[in-house]
Amino acid sequence: MFCEKAADLIRELQRINDGQLPAFNEDGVRQVLQETEALYEHNQADVHETKSGRTADLLPTIRLRHCCLLRNRRCVAAYLYDRLLRIRALRWEYGSVLPANVRFHMSAEELQWFTRYKKSLASFMRSLGGGGGLDLTQDMKPPKSLYIQVRCVKDHGQLELDDGTLVLLKKNTQHFLPRWKCEHLIRQGVLEHVIS
Amino acid sequence: MSESLSDNDISQEECQEDDMTPADLIAKLEEAWLNEKFSPELLANQSEVVECVMEQLTHMEQNLQRVKKGDAKAGIHRMEIDRIRFVLCSYVRSRLQKIEKFFPHVLEKEKSRSKGEPSLLSPEEFAFAKEYAGNTEDHMKSVALSHMPPILQTLDMLKAVPAPCLDSFVFLRVKERQENILVEPETDDQREYVVDLEEGSQHLMRYRTIAPLISSGAAQLI
Repeated sequence: MFCEKAADLIRELQRINDGQLPAFNEDGVRQVLQETEALYEHNQADVHETKSGRTADLLPTIRLRHCCLLRNRRCVAAYLYDRLLRIRALRWEYGSVLPANVRFHMSAEELQWFTRYKKSLASFMRSLGGGGGLDLTQDMKPPKSLYIQVRCVKDHGQLELDDGTLVLLKKNTQHFLPRWKCEHLIRQGVLEHVIS
Repeated sequence: MSESLSDNDISQEECQEDDMTPADLIAKLEEAWLNEKFSPELLANQSEVVECVMEQLTHMEQNLQRVKKGDAKAGIHRMEIDRIRFVLCSYVRSRLQKIEKFFPHVLEKEKSRSKGEPSLLSPEEFAFAKEYAGNTEDHMKSVALSHMPPILQTLDMLKAVPAPCLDSFVFLRVKERQENILVEPETDDQREYVVDLEEGSQHLMRYRTIAPLISSGAAQLI
């Protein structure tokens, strides 16, 4: 039946509904586009037949194919748009540099969209207020306490605190650090918040 | 809430709006923040509040540098700075999310606004919205639409992207007494009726009915 492949694309995204990005289904999209082209060509031929007055029986078929064309377009657009929303969420989750395994799942056009998006976001954040701007990707949660207990998951070298003291972030060490210094390191996966 | 280390240091020149104290400014920010968080549609921009709060934060940070290290007060002031910055970031993020979610509608509203009307978007937000729209439309075109038959190549974004649901229910607190608010019927059996909203009362109503009250400041979303 027509539009099966298009529905498959949607189902693929529905299956992974925790915001993760599956690999870009280039084959699937190409098949839908090919089906769309075939349907259109058949319709063109039938419209030509009808116009020449030979028969009016083709009208229901033409209408059916047209509905399928619209459905294919809607499904492909929804598939692409939903992926863009997931990619947008990645910028807020991971920062401007995406992990390699995520990048691997994106098509070249999606990488380009991501680059344009992060540039646009960066210039917006810079423009806030009079001075240097405001990093909106920080302060994602309301501050509960001033200092937090963190454990180091990976080696990260030295961290300088506001009063000049140096802290060595070695794997598996625990530290009691100011929250505002740790937030972005926690999101990058270098530190882990220890809730005792 | 806001008693910074030295009130004298707050910038007098740029952010003096009708003798607004720092406490008033933060209250205004919190009000804008709550309204924006709970409203289904994008509200009018408050970029002067954003700018003033950012100046305020800079001053507070500078004051904090001058305090003796280890002084207990420093911790409390640090906390206050973090809390204000969180509210500010959350407010701007809330607006950005709505701009991205409803980008064709936001841009359409901006296009069709008359000369005298104030804009919902700040100039920077407008630039961001246009870039986001352009980026997304270019992507759709290059991956799918340009490979489709001619009649299918233009996609009406206004129809494709859902508009904000103005009929969603919101909680509100009334700040100024309102009379004769017309409430639409919910079912076929009901008829429309009018209510008077007393000052200080709290209600759960459709956003559409009370939207003008929010933009005029007569009510606050909670």
